[in-house]
Amino acid sequence: MRMNKDFFAGARGAMPILIGVIPFAMISGVAAVSVGLTFFETVGMSVIVFAGASQLAVFQLMSTGSPWIIMVLTAWVINLRFTMYSATLAPYLQKLSAWQKALLAYMLSDQAFGISLSHFVTNEQVNHRWYYFGAALTIWVAWQISAIIGALLGALVPSSWGFDFAFPLSFMALMFGALRDYPTVLAALVGGIIAVLAKGLPYNIGLVLAICLGIAAGYLAEDLNTRQGASR
Amino acid sequence: MSAELKWLLFVAIGLGTFLLRFLFIYLFGKIAIPDWLRRALRFVPAAALAALVFPALTHPAGHLDLSLHNFRLLAGLGGAIVAWKTRNVLLTILVGMMLLWILEMVFGI
Repeated sequence: MRMNKDFFAGARGAMPILIGVIPFAMISGVAAVSVGLTFFETVGMSVIVFAGASQLAVFQLMSTGSPWIIMVLTAWVINLRFTMYSATLAPYLQKLSAWQKALLAYMLSDQAFGISLSHFVTNEQVNHRWYYFGAALTIWVAWQISAIIGALLGALVPSSWGFDFAFPLSFMALMFGALRDYPTVLAALVGGIIAVLAKGLPYNIGLVLAICLGIAAGYLAEDLNTRQGASR
Repeated sequence: MSAELKWLLFVAIGLGTFLLRFLFIYLFGKIAIPDWLRRALRFVPAAALAALVFPALTHPAGHLDLSLHNFRLLAGLGGAIVAWKTRNVLLTILVGMMLLWILEMVFGI
């Protein structure tokens, strides 16, 4: 039973990373309750969206009273990275029905992507679909249980603790993880500074503008680097 | 925000996010991801996260405040050092929140 073996190998591969997944999911549950979501809404969002960073971003925008469409756009932009994961994993997740592909795609997370890809690169003799399914399902289950626990705990955290400050702090740690070279640092600086300067614009549209300009700055910097490298 | 609008928000974000996850797994072999898009996507996390972090520190009460009375800015800078050195989400939250509470206790009203 090759398939089962690889499913459990994927589940085992996901175990170490749960140390990071569980507290992050619990924080997102606490955060949801702190911005006024009910327990049922918290769990519903966690299952429907299942993308922690974008959920936290929506909570931050809810707490500052941003318009609906800005929340949706911001969440989509933050989740654009999934297209990269999806394109990279696609060759390994073929020979499946559209429904099976849809299920595996729904469970895609930063961690499932990272674990599966690093395993596939070093191990050729593996059933990719079952390994990925094992890892992704383990992370999904751990995330949902932890989010539920967080939502229950959230009711115990008084708002005077300033727990909303946990949003920018968690984004900060994720942001430094995304700074890999000079163009990504420039993208972050431009995105951050434009967001500060454009804070006064109506409907919080400055946020979307800042993200777009940050991406453009990084793209152009890399473009310029490559051209200089080529002409040298 | 009404309950209906909240659920509509979750479904809109969830559907869009699902399509982002599903698109290239489903279309594999039928369409290739264009090179310029792949390169631009690389900068999304850095730009988006910074755009969320910076104003949260500089505009804690909705207006620009770069003074020493802005405890969130000070605690955030402390948290940034931890984030930079460790990239650990939990540790950054822990240190940043502690700094904020200490500043508020010692210098707050």
